Amino acid sequence: MSTAVKKEHRSARPERGGPATMVEAIRQGIWEEMERDPTVFVIGEDVGAFGGAFKVTDGLIDEFGKERVIDTPISEGAIVGAACGAALMGMRPVAEFQFIDFISAGFDLLTNYAAKCRYRWGAGIPAVFRGPCGSGVRSGPFHSLNAEAFFLNTAGLKIVEPSTAYDAKGLIKAAIRDPDPVLYFEHKKLYRLPRLREDLPADDYIVEIGKAKVVREGRDLTIITFGAMVLTALDAAEELEKEGLDVEVIDLRTLAPLDKATILASVKKTSRVIILHEASRTGGIGGEIAALLSEEAFEWLDAPIIRLASIDTPVPYSPPLEDYYLPQTKDVVSAARKLAAY
Amino acid sequence: MAEQPTKTSRKSEQGAHAKRRDRPPGPRFEMRISTKYAPHEPSEGKPLTCTDETSLKPDQLLELYRYLKLTRLVEERLVNLYRQTKVVGGVFRSLGQEATAVGTAYALQPGDFITPLIRDLGAVLVKGIRPRDIFAQYMAKAWGPSGGRDLNIHFGDMGKGFIGPISHLGDMIPVMTGILIGARMQKKEIVAVAYIGDGGMSTGAFHEGLNFAAVQRLPLLVIAEYNHFAYSTPTSLQTACRDLAEKAAGYGIPSHIVDGNDVVACYEVTKHAADYARRGGGAVLIEAKTYRRKGHAEHDDQRYVAPDEIEWWEKHNDPVDRFEKYLLEKNVAKQDKLDEIVSEVTRAIEEDCAWAESSPLPEGEKAAYGVFDNSIVPPAFRPPVLEK
Ligand SMILES: Cc1ncc(C[n+]2csc(CCOP(=O)(O)OP(=O)(O)O)c2C)c(N)n1
Ligand SMILES: [Mg+2]
Repeated sequence: MSTAVKKEHRSARPERGGPATMVEAIRQGIWEEMERDPTVFVIGEDVGAFGGAFKVTDGLIDEFGKERVIDTPISEGAIVGAACGAALMGMRPVAEFQFIDFISAGFDLLTNYAAKCRYRWGAGIPAVFRGPCGSGVRSGPFHSLNAEAFFLNTAGLKIVEPSTAYDAKGLIKAAIRDPDPVLYFEHKKLYRLPRLREDLPADDYIVEIGKAKVVREGRDLTIITFGAMVLTALDAAEELEKEGLDVEVIDLRTLAPLDKATILASVKKTSRVIILHEASRTGGIGGEIAALLSEEAFEWLDAPIIRLASIDTPVPYSPPLEDYYLPQTKDVVSAARKLAAY
Repeated sequence: MAEQPTKTSRKSEQGAHAKRRDRPPGPRFEMRISTKYAPHEPSEGKPLTCTDETSLKPDQLLELYRYLKLTRLVEERLVNLYRQTKVVGGVFRSLGQEATAVGTAYALQPGDFITPLIRDLGAVLVKGIRPRDIFAQYMAKAWGPSGGRDLNIHFGDMGKGFIGPISHLGDMIPVMTGILIGARMQKKEIVAVAYIGDGGMSTGAFHEGLNFAAVQRLPLLVIAEYNHFAYSTPTSLQTACRDLAEKAAGYGIPSHIVDGNDVVACYEVTKHAADYARRGGGAVLIEAKTYRRKGHAEHDDQRYVAPDEIEWWEKHNDPVDRFEKYLLEKNVAKQDKLDEIVSEVTRAIEEDCAWAESSPLPEGEKAAYGVFDNSIVPPAFRPPVLEK
């Protein structure tokens, strides 16, 4: 009954390049890859006629049909497993989790199947698993997850998370073309942030997986971060500049495998490091980077490595609670002051 | 190495098995779907009301009416608050399907347990949770039962038999199975009701939980709400079954199809199933046929809905309208009595809403408390930087 005549609706093909928010950039990237390569297809909950909960896949079904834009039952296990199977057949699935929090329901197949196929029998799984992550939007304990740490300890999964529209498009394209499984996390707070709107080039480009980016150069200390926290770091850096502190900010962009070279080069230059991330502190990626620095850059360090992260609790709903949970610009500023004075 | 069974031991095992077998051998497939309370076409120009046969007394019927109205009006108040930007997250409506939650929960005993989903506010209210708690939760206030840590009906009250859900669909089915295992060990003769949508039934957790309850013959009632949509996805893309009730056969349990917009039928069918489960019959699946008239949440433009469909349900199959007609036709009450109930409910809602609005937001530092028992593990405060 409800599948009968739909209300008239058709979303336009995105521009090739031009001014775009992050959500438009991802949509452009997927759209162009589907045009370029007939093996690319989209699979997930409400990704078809509805265009996805955040409209990342808006209009794809009108252009590419329901064989290449598959609305699934609420079955994350089936989404991941089917993406793996299709990938084995030579297809390039782009699987969506409605919120990255629901990746837990596909955890088994991701960590046990997708991650281990190449290692066990040489069969790569060229699939992308993407979805909205991140807190700071008052969505409570089940719609705010930063999932990277769950997967960092699983060999065989690449993990990326962009913080600009340009990188979002370049990374989704690179992820789709990658021969191995890529988890692509999209911070939902950044999707439509006017501050991130930028002019994208009209030509085809990718952002290489495994490459971090120095988004602000500085001499006095390095903030290593990614995702929405890049903006927090940049805001803090601007404030610190007024005090005469010259802060370098690294956007990791790829969390696995880590771009050691960029990290080490920066730390050898500044000798002081803050690692900033949004997921809880304990067991987070910050610990991994800190260990890397103590192993490979110990002699260059002039001060202890600082981790700034969310507190070790679930993500709370109420604004004052969530603000306490998350590291704020002022926390970064005061930590940087202390670090510089150390 | 494990010992290989010998031919004789295997044979005798089979023999023992055969003796225990109380059913004929060979494939056996039997659909046990009761359609006694299933929806039926309205007869010749006569508008739909509710089922005739009921064991409910007039004052109970009026109480049901009160809960139906309470549910609808609490949600309307929430939408108001949402428009005033006082609700921090989203608002999810059960408009047009309130009878399912209210009627089914009303059939339970005080010691019984429920786990609702977001569109089962009615069941939560029937279980005795006060609207003020709901308002405070939506507004993320300190006085709400979760102190602002979680949203809407994501909390619980063991004393009232209310286990709040998490967002992850299907996960509560095995939890309710566990509630019943605990109750069985404690010799408590209770039943548990788990609500699930046509979409949520596609999850692995749903399958695992119900299968387990079924083999353990636990008194779990699953209320499967066929409301035509899971977010934007039509039920035809969730399951190849025509009726959700068919799925019961895969678990070896009986099922019912009920008109989910007939509050009396929802009550009767649940009462029947609860009696059966309580007597030791085991799990039961109840499919309630209803319709989600609002979008998934307030922001949803419902572009995927066929034209006129919502209007049809609103005009011809509204659960509150149907029950009002029933009450008036059966002379259970006159209109002024119903009006009186509505004004009492409205007053109560205003009072509760004012209470919730007067609550402060929680203090930020409260976020650090309660991950563990803080008498053992200290709160998770933000650690100081470069201070000894
Ligand atoms: C495991 C899981 N995946 C995805 C979601 C996101 N989600 C929330 S509600 C919903 C649709 C639910 O539909 P249904 O179960 O039919 O319940 P209804 O909203 O119709 O009451 C989806 C996909 C979720 N909550 N849990
Ligand atoms: Mg539904």
